[in-house]
Amino acid sequence: MKKIVTVLAATAILSGGTVVAQEYKNQIKARQGTMWVIALNLGTLGAMAKGEAEYDAEAATTAAESIQAASNIHVPALFPEGSDGEMNEGSTAKASISQDIAGFSEKWAALGTAADKAVAEAGTGKDALGPVMGALGGACKSCHETYRIPQ
Amino acid sequence: MVKVLRLIVPAAIVAAGIAWVMTAPKTVAEDAFASPEGGEVARGETVFRAAGCGTCHAAPGAEGDDKLVLAGGQSFPSPFGAFTAPNISPDPDHGIGEWSLQDLANALLHGVSPEGVHYFPAFPYTSYTHMGDRDIVDLYAYLQTLPASSAPSQPHEVGFPFNIRRSLGGWKFLFLKDDWVMDGNDLGAELTRGRYLVEALGHCAECHTPRNALGGLDRSRWMAGAPDPSGKGTIPALTPDKLSWSATDIAYYLESGFTPEFDSAGGHMAAVVENTSRLPAEDRAAIAAYVKALPVPVAASTGY
Repeated sequence: MKKIVTVLAATAILSGGTVVAQEYKNQIKARQGTMWVIALNLGTLGAMAKGEAEYDAEAATTAAESIQAASNIHVPALFPEGSDGEMNEGSTAKASISQDIAGFSEKWAALGTAADKAVAEAGTGKDALGPVMGALGGACKSCHETYRIPQ
Repeated sequence: MVKVLRLIVPAAIVAAGIAWVMTAPKTVAEDAFASPEGGEVARGETVFRAAGCGTCHAAPGAEGDDKLVLAGGQSFPSPFGAFTAPNISPDPDHGIGEWSLQDLANALLHGVSPEGVHYFPAFPYTSYTHMGDRDIVDLYAYLQTLPASSAPSQPHEVGFPFNIRRSLGGWKFLFLKDDWVMDGNDLGAELTRGRYLVEALGHCAECHTPRNALGGLDRSRWMAGAPDPSGKGTIPALTPDKLSWSATDIAYYLESGFTPEFDSAGGHMAAVVENTSRLPAEDRAAIAAYVKALPVPVAASTGY
Protein backbone atom coordinates (compact mmCIF):
# COMPACT_ATOMS: atom_id res chain seq x y z
CA MET A 1 0.00 0.00 0.00
CA LYS A 2 2.80 2.34 1.00
CA LYS A 3 4.55 1.53 -2.25
CA ILE A 4 1.47 2.40 -4.29
CA VAL A 5 1.10 5.73 -2.52
CA THR A 6 4.76 6.51 -3.18
CA VAL A 7 4.40 5.67 -6.87
CA LEU A 8 1.21 7.70 -7.15
CA ALA A 9 2.82 10.67 -5.41
CA ALA A 10 5.87 10.47 -7.64
CA THR A 11 3.67 10.31 -10.73
CA ALA A 12 1.73 13.34 -9.56
CA ILE A 13 4.94 15.27 -9.00
CA LEU A 14 6.44 14.22 -12.33
CA SER A 15 3.38 15.23 -14.28
CA GLY A 16 3.41 18.61 -12.51
CA GLY A 17 -0.27 18.43 -11.68
CA THR A 18 -1.23 18.21 -15.36
CA VAL A 19 -2.65 14.89 -16.32
CA VAL A 20 -1.30 14.20 -19.76
CA ALA A 21 -4.48 12.79 -21.17
CA GLN A 22 -4.41 11.27 -24.63
CA GLU A 23 -8.11 10.64 -24.96
CA TYR A 24 -9.01 14.22 -25.98
CA LYS A 25 -6.09 14.68 -28.35
CA ASN A 26 -8.31 14.68 -31.44
CA GLN A 27 -10.89 17.09 -30.03
CA ILE A 28 -8.09 19.50 -29.19
CA LYS A 29 -6.65 19.20 -32.70
CA ALA A 30 -10.08 19.77 -34.25
CA ARG A 31 -10.74 22.82 -32.08
CA GLN A 32 -7.39 24.37 -32.79
CA GLY A 33 -7.65 23.52 -36.50
CA THR A 34 -10.97 25.39 -36.62
CA MET A 35 -9.31 28.38 -34.97
CA TRP A 36 -6.49 28.28 -37.53
CA VAL A 37 -8.92 28.21 -40.45
CA ILE A 38 -10.49 31.34 -39.03
CA ALA A 39 -7.13 33.00 -38.29
CA LEU A 40 -5.71 32.46 -41.78
CA ASN A 41 -8.81 33.85 -43.44
CA LEU A 42 -8.84 36.79 -41.05
CA GLY A 43 -5.27 37.32 -42.21
CA THR A 44 -6.48 37.75 -45.80
CA LEU A 45 -9.11 40.29 -44.74
CA GLY A 46 -6.80 42.00 -42.26
CA ALA A 47 -3.97 42.50 -44.74
CA MET A 48 -6.41 44.34 -47.01
CA ALA A 49 -7.82 46.34 -44.09
CA LYS A 50 -4.33 47.36 -42.96
CA GLY A 51 -3.37 48.31 -46.51
CA GLU A 52 -0.66 45.66 -46.73
CA ALA A 53 -2.45 43.90 -49.57
CA GLU A 54 -4.51 45.39 -52.38
CA TYR A 55 -8.25 45.14 -51.92
CA ASP A 56 -9.77 42.26 -53.89
CA ALA A 57 -13.54 41.90 -53.52
CA GLU A 58 -13.59 38.26 -54.60
CA ALA A 59 -10.76 37.18 -52.28
CA ALA A 60 -12.39 39.09 -49.42
CA THR A 61 -15.72 37.35 -49.95
CA THR A 62 -14.06 33.95 -50.24
CA ALA A 63 -12.22 34.50 -46.95
CA ALA A 64 -15.43 35.62 -45.25
CA GLU A 65 -17.22 32.50 -46.54
CA SER A 66 -14.54 30.25 -45.08
CA ILE A 67 -14.90 31.96 -41.71
CA GLN A 68 -18.65 31.53 -41.96
CA ALA A 69 -18.23 27.82 -42.80
CA ALA A 70 -15.94 27.36 -39.80
CA SER A 71 -18.46 29.15 -37.58
CA ASN A 72 -21.03 26.53 -38.60
CA ILE A 73 -19.01 23.74 -37.03
CA HIS A 74 -20.61 22.79 -33.73
CA VAL A 75 -17.55 23.68 -31.73
CA PRO A 76 -19.18 23.45 -28.28
CA ALA A 77 -19.58 19.70 -28.91
CA LEU A 78 -15.79 19.47 -29.13
CA PHE A 79 -15.37 20.48 -25.46
CA PRO A 80 -16.32 17.43 -23.39
CA GLU A 81 -15.65 17.61 -19.68
CA GLY A 82 -12.01 16.94 -18.91
CA SER A 83 -10.73 18.14 -22.28
CA ASP A 84 -9.65 21.55 -20.96
CA GLY A 85 -6.19 23.06 -20.69
CA GLU A 86 -5.98 22.49 -16.95
CA MET A 87 -6.09 18.74 -17.62
CA ASN A 88 -4.44 18.57 -21.04
CA GLU A 89 -1.11 19.81 -22.20
CA GLY A 90 -1.26 21.96 -25.33
CA SER A 91 -4.78 23.24 -24.68
CA THR A 92 -5.60 26.72 -23.38
CA ALA A 93 -9.31 26.07 -22.93
CA LYS A 94 -10.68 26.86 -19.49
CA ALA A 95 -12.50 24.13 -17.63
CA SER A 96 -15.39 26.57 -17.27
CA ILE A 97 -16.39 25.89 -20.91
CA SER A 98 -17.82 22.46 -20.20
CA GLN A 99 -19.40 23.73 -16.99
CA ASP A 100 -21.09 26.59 -18.83
CA ILE A 101 -21.74 25.17 -22.25
CA ALA A 102 -24.78 27.45 -22.75
CA GLY A 103 -22.71 30.59 -22.19
CA PHE A 104 -19.97 29.26 -24.42
CA SER A 105 -22.45 28.37 -27.18
CA GLU A 106 -23.81 31.89 -27.05
CA LYS A 107 -20.33 33.32 -27.61
CA TRP A 108 -19.73 30.90 -30.46
CA ALA A 109 -23.06 31.87 -32.05
CA ALA A 110 -21.95 35.52 -31.90
CA LEU A 111 -19.09 34.59 -34.19
CA GLY A 112 -21.66 33.19 -36.62
CA THR A 113 -23.54 36.49 -36.62
CA ALA A 114 -20.32 38.43 -37.27
CA ALA A 115 -19.35 35.97 -40.03
CA ASP A 116 -22.73 36.42 -41.75
CA LYS A 117 -22.12 40.16 -41.73
CA ALA A 118 -18.66 39.56 -43.17
CA VAL A 119 -20.02 37.46 -46.04
CA ALA A 120 -22.62 40.12 -46.85
CA GLU A 121 -20.27 43.10 -46.68
CA ALA A 122 -16.63 42.12 -47.25
CA GLY A 123 -17.04 42.26 -51.04
CA THR A 124 -18.69 45.69 -51.12
CA GLY A 125 -15.50 47.74 -50.83
CA LYS A 126 -12.36 48.30 -48.78
CA ASP A 127 -14.12 50.64 -46.37
CA ALA A 128 -16.45 47.84 -45.30
CA LEU A 129 -13.52 45.82 -43.98
CA GLY A 130 -13.03 47.98 -40.88
CA PRO A 131 -16.49 47.33 -39.43
CA VAL A 132 -16.36 43.68 -40.60
CA MET A 133 -13.06 43.10 -38.78
CA GLY A 134 -14.39 45.01 -35.80
CA ALA A 135 -17.37 42.69 -35.50
CA LEU A 136 -15.29 39.54 -35.98
CA GLY A 137 -12.66 40.76 -33.55
CA GLY A 138 -15.32 41.58 -30.99
CA ALA A 139 -16.64 38.03 -31.15
CA CYS A 140 -13.15 36.50 -30.84
CA LYS A 141 -12.17 38.73 -27.92
CA SER A 142 -15.38 38.34 -25.99
CA CYS A 143 -15.04 34.56 -25.96
CA HIS A 144 -11.27 34.44 -25.40
CA GLU A 145 -11.58 36.87 -22.53
CA THR A 146 -13.95 34.57 -20.71
CA TYR A 147 -12.98 31.06 -21.75
CA ARG A 148 -9.29 31.00 -22.62
CA ILE A 149 -6.46 30.54 -20.13
CA PRO A 150 -4.24 33.63 -20.49
CA GLN A 151 -0.85 32.78 -21.99
CA MET B 1 24.65 54.21 29.46
CA VAL B 2 22.82 57.39 30.34
CA LYS B 3 25.23 59.25 28.09
CA VAL B 4 24.46 56.92 25.18
CA LEU B 5 20.75 57.34 25.73
CA ARG B 6 21.20 61.09 25.74
CA LEU B 7 22.57 60.78 22.24
CA ILE B 8 20.24 58.11 20.90
CA VAL B 9 16.96 59.52 22.09
CA PRO B 10 17.30 62.92 20.39
CA ALA B 11 18.62 61.21 17.26
CA ALA B 12 15.62 58.91 17.24
CA ILE B 13 13.27 61.86 17.71
CA VAL B 14 14.89 63.70 14.82
CA ALA B 15 14.73 60.59 12.62
CA ALA B 16 11.08 60.05 13.50
CA GLY B 17 10.42 63.71 12.74
CA ILE B 18 12.08 63.44 9.34
CA ALA B 19 10.17 60.25 8.59
CA TRP B 20 6.92 61.90 9.61
CA VAL B 21 7.54 64.87 7.34
CA MET B 22 8.77 62.65 4.52
CA THR B 23 5.67 60.46 4.61
CA ALA B 24 3.23 63.39 4.76
CA PRO B 25 0.74 63.41 1.88
CA LYS B 26 1.60 66.05 -0.73
CA THR B 27 -1.13 68.00 -2.47
CA VAL B 28 -1.48 70.45 -5.33
CA ALA B 29 -1.10 74.18 -4.60
CA GLU B 30 -4.21 75.70 -3.06
CA ASP B 31 -4.98 77.97 -5.98
CA ALA B 32 -4.32 75.28 -8.62
CA PHE B 33 -7.39 73.63 -10.15
CA ALA B 34 -9.58 76.26 -8.48
CA SER B 35 -12.35 76.15 -11.07
CA PRO B 36 -13.67 73.28 -13.17
CA GLU B 37 -15.00 75.72 -15.74
CA GLY B 38 -14.12 75.11 -19.36
CA GLY B 39 -13.90 71.33 -19.00
CA GLU B 40 -14.81 69.70 -22.32
CA VAL B 41 -16.81 66.51 -21.98
CA ALA B 42 -15.83 65.07 -25.39
CA ARG B 43 -12.10 65.55 -24.72
CA GLY B 44 -12.64 64.16 -21.24
CA GLU B 45 -14.07 60.98 -22.73
CA THR B 46 -10.89 60.47 -24.74
CA VAL B 47 -8.84 60.95 -21.57
CA PHE B 48 -11.14 58.47 -19.80
CA ARG B 49 -10.61 55.88 -22.56
CA ALA B 50 -6.89 56.41 -22.81
CA ALA B 51 -6.49 56.20 -19.03
CA GLY B 52 -8.70 53.10 -18.82
CA CYS B 53 -10.57 54.32 -15.72
CA GLY B 54 -13.67 52.28 -16.48
CA THR B 55 -11.78 49.04 -16.98
CA CYS B 56 -10.98 48.77 -13.27
CA HIS B 57 -13.80 50.82 -11.75
CA ALA B 58 -16.81 49.20 -13.49
CA ALA B 59 -18.62 46.56 -11.45
CA PRO B 60 -17.32 42.98 -11.87
CA GLY B 61 -18.75 41.41 -15.03
CA ALA B 62 -20.42 44.61 -16.28
CA GLU B 63 -21.39 44.47 -19.97
CA GLY B 64 -22.37 47.12 -22.49
CA ASP B 65 -23.52 50.47 -21.10
CA ASP B 66 -23.16 49.16 -17.54
CA LYS B 67 -19.41 49.50 -18.02
CA LEU B 68 -19.90 53.23 -17.61
CA VAL B 69 -21.39 52.76 -14.14
CA LEU B 70 -18.22 53.10 -12.09
CA ALA B 71 -19.57 51.30 -9.04
CA GLY B 72 -16.25 49.58 -8.21
CA GLY B 73 -15.96 46.13 -6.65
CA GLN B 74 -13.43 44.41 -8.91
CA SER B 75 -10.66 42.76 -6.92
CA PHE B 76 -6.99 43.00 -7.93
CA PRO B 77 -4.75 40.39 -6.32
CA SER B 78 -1.10 41.20 -5.63
CA PRO B 79 1.71 39.86 -3.45
CA PHE B 80 0.71 42.49 -0.84
CA GLY B 81 -2.96 41.56 -0.66
CA ALA B 82 -6.08 42.09 -2.75
CA PHE B 83 -7.12 45.63 -3.64
CA THR B 84 -10.75 46.43 -4.38
CA ALA B 85 -11.55 49.21 -6.83
CA PRO B 86 -13.79 51.80 -5.14
CA ASN B 87 -16.96 53.47 -6.41
CA ILE B 88 -15.94 56.55 -8.43
CA SER B 89 -19.37 57.23 -9.93
CA PRO B 90 -20.86 60.70 -9.31
CA ASP B 91 -22.94 59.45 -6.36
CA PRO B 92 -22.52 62.03 -3.56
CA ASP B 93 -22.46 59.50 -0.72
CA HIS B 94 -20.78 56.40 -2.12
CA GLY B 95 -18.96 57.78 -5.14
CA ILE B 96 -17.01 60.95 -5.81
CA GLY B 97 -19.95 63.24 -6.53
CA GLU B 98 -18.86 65.66 -3.82
CA TRP B 99 -15.29 65.91 -5.03
CA SER B 100 -13.92 69.22 -6.20
CA LEU B 101 -11.67 69.43 -9.24
CA GLN B 102 -8.81 69.89 -6.79
CA ASP B 103 -9.71 66.61 -5.05
CA LEU B 104 -9.51 64.78 -8.39
CA ALA B 105 -6.18 66.44 -9.18
CA ASN B 106 -4.74 65.41 -5.79
CA ALA B 107 -5.88 61.84 -6.34
CA LEU B 108 -4.42 61.59 -9.85
CA LEU B 109 -1.22 63.59 -9.42
CA HIS B 110 -0.31 62.73 -5.83
CA GLY B 111 -2.30 59.64 -4.93
CA VAL B 112 -3.92 61.47 -2.01
CA SER B 113 -7.59 61.36 -0.97
CA PRO B 114 -9.66 64.45 -0.15
CA GLU B 115 -9.13 63.53 3.53
CA GLY B 116 -5.38 63.65 3.01
CA VAL B 117 -4.80 59.89 3.14
CA HIS B 118 -2.40 58.04 0.80
CA TYR B 119 -4.02 55.76 -1.76
CA PHE B 120 -2.51 52.36 -2.44
CA PRO B 121 -0.57 52.40 -5.71
CA ALA B 122 -2.90 49.75 -7.18
CA PHE B 123 -4.47 53.02 -8.30
CA PRO B 124 -1.78 53.88 -10.88
CA TYR B 125 -0.99 57.43 -9.78
CA THR B 126 2.69 56.69 -10.43
CA SER B 127 1.62 57.04 -14.09
CA TYR B 128 -1.18 59.59 -13.73
CA THR B 129 1.23 61.90 -11.93
CA HIS B 130 2.39 62.90 -15.43
CA MET B 131 -1.12 63.99 -16.49
CA GLY B 132 -1.55 67.42 -18.02
CA ASP B 133 -3.75 69.95 -16.20
CA ARG B 134 -6.11 70.34 -19.13
CA ASP B 135 -6.75 66.58 -19.27
CA ILE B 136 -7.68 66.55 -15.58
CA VAL B 137 -10.16 69.40 -16.06
CA ASP B 138 -11.73 67.63 -19.06
CA LEU B 139 -11.82 64.26 -17.30
CA TYR B 140 -13.56 65.90 -14.34
CA ALA B 141 -16.22 67.27 -16.70
CA TYR B 142 -16.71 63.85 -18.32
CA LEU B 143 -16.95 61.92 -15.04
CA GLN B 144 -19.87 64.15 -13.98
CA THR B 145 -21.88 62.94 -16.97
CA LEU B 146 -21.72 59.24 -15.98
CA PRO B 147 -24.52 57.46 -14.11
CA ALA B 148 -24.36 57.40 -10.31
CA SER B 149 -24.28 54.17 -8.31
CA SER B 150 -25.11 53.91 -4.64
CA ALA B 151 -23.09 50.72 -4.17
CA PRO B 152 -20.76 51.26 -1.18
CA SER B 153 -17.03 50.84 -1.81
CA GLN B 154 -15.66 47.58 -0.42
CA PRO B 155 -12.58 47.41 1.83
CA HIS B 156 -9.20 46.22 0.54
CA GLU B 157 -7.91 42.90 1.82
CA VAL B 158 -4.43 43.99 2.76
CA GLY B 159 -2.70 42.71 5.87
CA PHE B 160 -0.15 44.19 8.27
CA PRO B 161 2.25 45.94 7.68
CA PHE B 162 1.05 46.99 4.21
CA ASN B 163 -2.18 48.38 5.63
CA ILE B 164 -0.34 51.24 7.37
CA ARG B 165 -1.28 54.01 4.98
CA ARG B 166 1.25 56.48 6.31
CA SER B 167 4.08 54.17 5.25
CA LEU B 168 2.98 54.72 1.65
CA GLY B 169 4.54 58.16 2.00
CA GLY B 170 7.90 56.40 2.14
CA TRP B 171 6.91 54.24 -0.81
CA LYS B 172 6.04 57.33 -2.81
CA PHE B 173 9.35 58.94 -1.82
CA LEU B 174 11.10 55.98 -3.43
CA PHE B 175 8.89 55.22 -6.42
CA LEU B 176 6.64 58.15 -7.34
CA LYS B 177 8.84 59.90 -9.90
CA ASP B 178 7.97 62.95 -11.90
CA ASP B 179 10.49 62.37 -14.69
CA TRP B 180 9.77 60.48 -17.90
CA VAL B 181 11.40 57.14 -18.54
CA MET B 182 11.83 57.81 -22.26
CA ASP B 183 14.10 60.77 -21.92
CA GLY B 184 14.48 63.81 -24.10
CA ASN B 185 12.72 67.01 -25.11
CA ASP B 186 13.27 66.62 -28.84
CA LEU B 187 11.31 63.43 -29.37
CA GLY B 188 9.09 65.00 -32.01
CA ALA B 189 5.33 65.43 -31.85
CA GLU B 190 4.29 61.80 -32.41
CA LEU B 191 6.71 60.26 -29.95
CA THR B 192 5.97 62.92 -27.34
CA ARG B 193 2.27 62.14 -27.64
CA GLY B 194 3.06 58.41 -27.56
CA ARG B 195 5.11 58.83 -24.42
CA TYR B 196 2.26 60.71 -22.76
CA LEU B 197 -0.26 58.04 -23.76
CA VAL B 198 1.97 55.14 -22.65
CA GLU B 199 3.73 56.50 -19.57
CA ALA B 200 0.96 58.76 -18.22
CA LEU B 201 -2.60 57.89 -19.27
CA GLY B 202 -2.27 54.33 -20.53
CA HIS B 203 -0.16 53.26 -17.53
CA CYS B 204 1.14 50.36 -19.65
CA ALA B 205 4.22 49.89 -17.48
CA GLU B 206 2.11 49.03 -14.44
CA CYS B 207 1.68 45.55 -15.92
CA HIS B 208 4.42 45.28 -18.57
CA THR B 209 7.33 46.29 -16.29
CA PRO B 210 8.53 44.02 -13.47
CA ARG B 211 8.44 45.25 -9.88
CA ASN B 212 11.03 45.04 -7.12
CA ALA B 213 10.47 43.47 -3.70
CA LEU B 214 8.72 46.61 -2.45
CA GLY B 215 6.37 46.74 -5.41
CA GLY B 216 8.09 49.65 -7.16
CA LEU B 217 8.54 49.53 -10.94
CA ASP B 218 12.02 48.39 -12.00
CA ARG B 219 12.90 51.11 -14.49
CA SER B 220 16.03 49.26 -15.61
CA ARG B 221 13.70 46.62 -17.04
CA TRP B 222 11.18 49.06 -18.48
CA MET B 223 8.49 47.16 -20.44
CA ALA B 224 10.56 43.97 -20.20
CA GLY B 225 7.54 41.85 -19.26
CA ALA B 226 6.57 40.62 -15.82
CA PRO B 227 4.79 37.87 -13.92
CA ASP B 228 1.05 38.40 -13.78
CA PRO B 229 0.27 39.90 -10.34
CA SER B 230 -2.46 37.31 -9.86
CA GLY B 231 0.33 34.73 -9.66
CA LYS B 232 -0.87 32.92 -12.79
CA GLY B 233 0.78 33.46 -16.15
CA THR B 234 2.97 36.24 -17.45
CA ILE B 235 2.62 39.61 -19.14
CA PRO B 236 4.67 39.85 -22.32
CA ALA B 237 7.65 42.13 -22.96
CA LEU B 238 7.23 45.04 -25.36
CA THR B 239 10.96 45.65 -25.86
CA PRO B 240 12.55 45.10 -29.31
CA ASP B 241 14.52 42.05 -28.15
CA LYS B 242 11.19 40.27 -27.61
CA LEU B 243 8.48 41.98 -29.67
CA SER B 244 9.02 41.91 -33.43
CA TRP B 245 5.72 43.46 -34.50
CA SER B 246 5.83 46.43 -36.88
CA ALA B 247 4.36 49.79 -35.90
CA THR B 248 1.39 49.01 -38.18
CA ASP B 249 0.90 45.66 -36.43
CA ILE B 250 0.87 47.34 -33.01
CA ALA B 251 -1.55 50.07 -34.06
CA TYR B 252 -3.82 47.50 -35.71
CA TYR B 253 -3.73 45.33 -32.59
CA LEU B 254 -4.83 48.31 -30.49
CA GLU B 255 -7.62 49.00 -32.97
CA SER B 256 -8.95 45.51 -33.70
CA GLY B 257 -7.50 43.29 -31.00
CA PHE B 258 -5.85 41.10 -33.64
CA THR B 259 -2.21 40.04 -33.38
CA PRO B 260 -0.21 39.77 -36.63
CA GLU B 261 -1.11 36.03 -36.59
CA PHE B 262 -4.77 37.01 -36.24
CA ASP B 263 -5.10 35.58 -32.82
CA SER B 264 -7.20 37.86 -30.62
CA ALA B 265 -6.22 39.74 -27.49
CA GLY B 266 -7.15 37.94 -24.31
CA GLY B 267 -7.26 38.55 -20.58
CA HIS B 268 -6.92 42.11 -19.38
CA MET B 269 -5.50 43.20 -22.72
CA ALA B 270 -8.88 42.58 -24.36
CA ALA B 271 -10.29 45.22 -22.01
CA VAL B 272 -7.43 47.57 -22.88
CA VAL B 273 -8.14 47.17 -26.60
CA GLU B 274 -11.76 48.02 -25.94
CA ASN B 275 -10.47 51.42 -24.86
CA THR B 276 -7.71 51.92 -27.42
CA SER B 277 -10.08 50.98 -30.27
CA ARG B 278 -12.04 54.14 -29.41
CA LEU B 279 -9.05 56.47 -29.53
CA PRO B 280 -8.23 58.53 -32.61
CA ALA B 281 -6.08 56.58 -35.12
CA GLU B 282 -3.22 59.08 -34.60
CA ASP B 283 -3.13 58.18 -30.91
CA ARG B 284 -2.79 54.48 -31.68
CA ALA B 285 -0.02 55.31 -34.14
CA ALA B 286 1.68 57.39 -31.44
CA ILE B 287 1.55 54.50 -28.96
CA ALA B 288 3.00 52.21 -31.63
CA ALA B 289 5.79 54.72 -32.32
CA TYR B 290 6.65 54.78 -28.60
CA VAL B 291 6.72 50.98 -28.37
CA LYS B 292 8.99 50.78 -31.43
CA ALA B 293 11.30 53.37 -29.85
CA LEU B 294 11.77 51.37 -26.63
CA PRO B 295 15.38 50.35 -25.99
CA VAL B 296 16.50 46.84 -25.10
CA PRO B 297 16.40 46.76 -21.26
CA VAL B 298 19.70 47.62 -19.59
CA ALA B 299 19.26 45.02 -16.89
CA ALA B 300 19.37 41.31 -17.62
CA SER B 301 16.34 39.90 -19.36
CA THR B 302 13.58 38.66 -17.11
CA GLY B 303 12.53 35.93 -19.48
CA TYR B 304 9.10 37.18 -20.46
